[in-house]
Amino acid sequence: MKYYDKLIFELSKPGRTGYSLPEVPGQARNNDVSSFQPKSRNPILWRESPLDLPEVSEVDVVRHYTNLSQMNFGVDTGFYPLGSCTMKYNPKINEEIAGMPAFTGLHPLQPTSTVKGALEVYAGMDKALAAITGMKHFTFLPCAGAHGELTGLMLMREYHMSRGDMARTKVIVPDSAHGTNPASAAVCGLDIVVVKSKEDGLVDVEALRPLLGPDVAGIMLTNPNTLGLFERDIKEIAALVHACGGLLYYDGANMNPLLGVVRPGDMGFDIMHLNLHKTFSTPHGGGGPGSGPVGVADKVVPFLHIPHVSGFHGNFGIILRAYAYILMLGREHIKMAGKLATLGANYIKESLKDCYKLPIPTVCKHEFVFDGLLEPNGVSTLDVAKRLLDYGFHAPTIYFPLLFHQAIMIEPTETESLETLDAFIAVMRKIAEEAATDPEMLHAAPHNTPIGRPDETTAARQPVLKYE
Amino acid sequence: MGAFSYFPQTGEDIRVMLERIGVGTLDDLYADVPADFIYKGEYDLPSAMSEQQVRDFFEGLAAKNARLKVFVGQGAYDHYTPSVIPYITSRSEFLTAYTPYQCEISQGTLRYIFEWQSMICRLTGLDCSNASMYDGPTAAAEAVRMCVASTKKRNSVIVSARLLPHVIDTIRTYAKYAGINVVVSDKVAEDVAEGVLDLAGVIVPSINRYGIIESHLGLADLVHGKGALLVEYCDPSALAVVKTPAEWGADIAVGDGQSLGIPLCYGGPYVGFMACTSALMRKLPGRIVGQTTDASGKRCYVLTLQAREQHIRREKATSNICSNESLMALWCTVYLSLMGPQGMRKLNTLCYEGSHYLHDALLATGRFERVFEGEFLKEFCLRPLCDVRKLQQALLDAGFFAALQTEEGYVTFCVTEKHSREELDWIVAIVKSIK
Repeated sequence: MKYYDKLIFELSKPGRTGYSLPEVPGQARNNDVSSFQPKSRNPILWRESPLDLPEVSEVDVVRHYTNLSQMNFGVDTGFYPLGSCTMKYNPKINEEIAGMPAFTGLHPLQPTSTVKGALEVYAGMDKALAAITGMKHFTFLPCAGAHGELTGLMLMREYHMSRGDMARTKVIVPDSAHGTNPASAAVCGLDIVVVKSKEDGLVDVEALRPLLGPDVAGIMLTNPNTLGLFERDIKEIAALVHACGGLLYYDGANMNPLLGVVRPGDMGFDIMHLNLHKTFSTPHGGGGPGSGPVGVADKVVPFLHIPHVSGFHGNFGIILRAYAYILMLGREHIKMAGKLATLGANYIKESLKDCYKLPIPTVCKHEFVFDGLLEPNGVSTLDVAKRLLDYGFHAPTIYFPLLFHQAIMIEPTETESLETLDAFIAVMRKIAEEAATDPEMLHAAPHNTPIGRPDETTAARQPVLKYE
Repeated sequence: MGAFSYFPQTGEDIRVMLERIGVGTLDDLYADVPADFIYKGEYDLPSAMSEQQVRDFFEGLAAKNARLKVFVGQGAYDHYTPSVIPYITSRSEFLTAYTPYQCEISQGTLRYIFEWQSMICRLTGLDCSNASMYDGPTAAAEAVRMCVASTKKRNSVIVSARLLPHVIDTIRTYAKYAGINVVVSDKVAEDVAEGVLDLAGVIVPSINRYGIIESHLGLADLVHGKGALLVEYCDPSALAVVKTPAEWGADIAVGDGQSLGIPLCYGGPYVGFMACTSALMRKLPGRIVGQTTDASGKRCYVLTLQAREQHIRREKATSNICSNESLMALWCTVYLSLMGPQGMRKLNTLCYEGSHYLHDALLATGRFERVFEGEFLKEFCLRPLCDVRKLQQALLDAGFFAALQTEEGYVTFCVTEKHSREELDWIVAIVKSIK
């Protein structure tokens, strides 16, 4: 990676253009179109201020964004051990399918008789996801995981409201939950009640018991949880929550280790979302577009059509990619997906636990958490993460979950080879050695990236959010 | 079942790894899962396909979709996509990257988001923008929440009935569960003046569902006089020529970036945008990129003002949004870079000239009459005097998706720079053939 300093605005030169449009009929070729002149009866409707966009050629644009891309790291660049993010390989066939003009050219309001192929994509995905999760049906409107959570909670409220059960305003969330869980509950107008985890990292059933009552709408769980531990008391939790009249929501962000092994529906969950951009291999795009379809059990199906949470039919292009992935996996390979993800995580864990503090030593699922170096010598989790960048790896998720002060959350996924995992393990061990011999160098890492550590304090105190 | 191209582990690799872990089989890794939860059945999925078979399968589905020329807008506009854009956005360094938490190896993503924010500010005239929202309708719903969060003890919003139906539906959905009182109004200024108690905000379209460019003269003062905020829902492509939210005095601008060259793609992925005055900066939902310097003084970009976000504030965050539509923001940023001010004006000239040409020609057929007197840019509504079903079918038979009927029974048309005069003449000829 090399540092490149320009913004597109800084390449601008008046008179340059990067567009190619037909001539305006009835006007002479090369007519000056710099001023838009409508035959308007009402002049106040038009823009007064100049439109200060860059004036650049097509070549300028291509070189600029290619240079920008070279300051970026992606799954195609290297290994991304990013906990709770499931950065698996993004198959290329998916991109070609999603780019087919017969799909990209469809207007969302076209009559159904003209979009039969697209409707079959939805029907096929509904059936496939139902088979994989044990849910009955899915809505595809949500555009991301958090959007799915919000939609799922809306469905939870619809279910209770339909029964005249208006007092259920609380949702229970474990202290280890993803930050989106409580945030989604708040956006959905629900009050959040936090249930503590035990020493072993699992939800404390005894602490849960007194929280349950006629005011509880439900519980949100991710299983395995953010420590990568399977909530083995799930059967009892489900029975307790259902007995009090509440529903169980499954946060599908951690579905990957269960892919082809365990179905959330069988565990007693009533509502769940999937992150197609995690479990189903669609690219993350630097922060979206994703897709967060929500599946429900029989008793919630009647409400599935109610929340209108996005514009048209959800992120169709992402749904297409995920469908292609599922067809490649088929009923045969899917059985290995979750298991291989779990294998990789345990292999890294066992290979590094003599250098990094492993607070919970049991078998993990797709991810696990270290609590910093065993012998930190003043070296923080942030230092370790930044030093990894020097060695060509993305950093793990750090300082999450909040249960451990120096959390390093590692998730390898099933698409990483033994050689890749070994190379990562070797670098992690090397960093542990560097911590003992040269902690100052680690405090200043990274050293080989396009930029060094940024001044985040100034960025937040004196925000510069646009080019001027 | 043999090896699979996405799983690199050989049988020997698996054996080595299991040995390091100290278990005998892969199933042993699930020993903590109650046995009755391990799925023992056959997954009801098709048998694994080869890449060729997957391609054939989707080509089969593609053949079941009609390839139509689109002359309908209603929130999804058929503008031309310059070839450069998919080449840039499919670069794997952009496509396969995660959210730019590790700024040292994400300057590409952070830089284009900063450029996107800058361009959104320039289009809307407002002070700051976030990194993107899911789509226009969700951006509108979030803007409504922002109005309520930014005004003390106020819980009602007036929503113009002339917003697109799917925008109103999405606002209603978000508001319903958040307990926000939504008043859908077809006479916004009067309702604001007459006084809705505890008014937090008002949301109006820049160009309404009938294609008419609305005048909001005096509305901002009226809304601000009531202690509420004004939100404008805009088409960013049209903002190159129509009065900006800032010029009307709006506090927040939202809309869908789809009109900036994003393919129709049956409704998504698109990208929502949101801009606001600097007074509201810390109330913005979602990611925001800011400029700073690194340890050696190099200019660089980071995610900033994160104390608003869910991963820090959990239930006290301004929104639950996490993943947004970053790659589609790149799409729009490249589009606006290519088009520049000249291209955007020429594009709008083509839309304006083409839509007026079709509008006048359709009226001249005697099969329609005017409904609205207001000015339009690319989309317009007419009252049909002919059999609409027959007309729509005849258009479909000729390969045109046009004359979509509104709830009121009007028909809408939309003309963009993609449409030639020959095509417009063809539509008129089909109309003439309908009794």
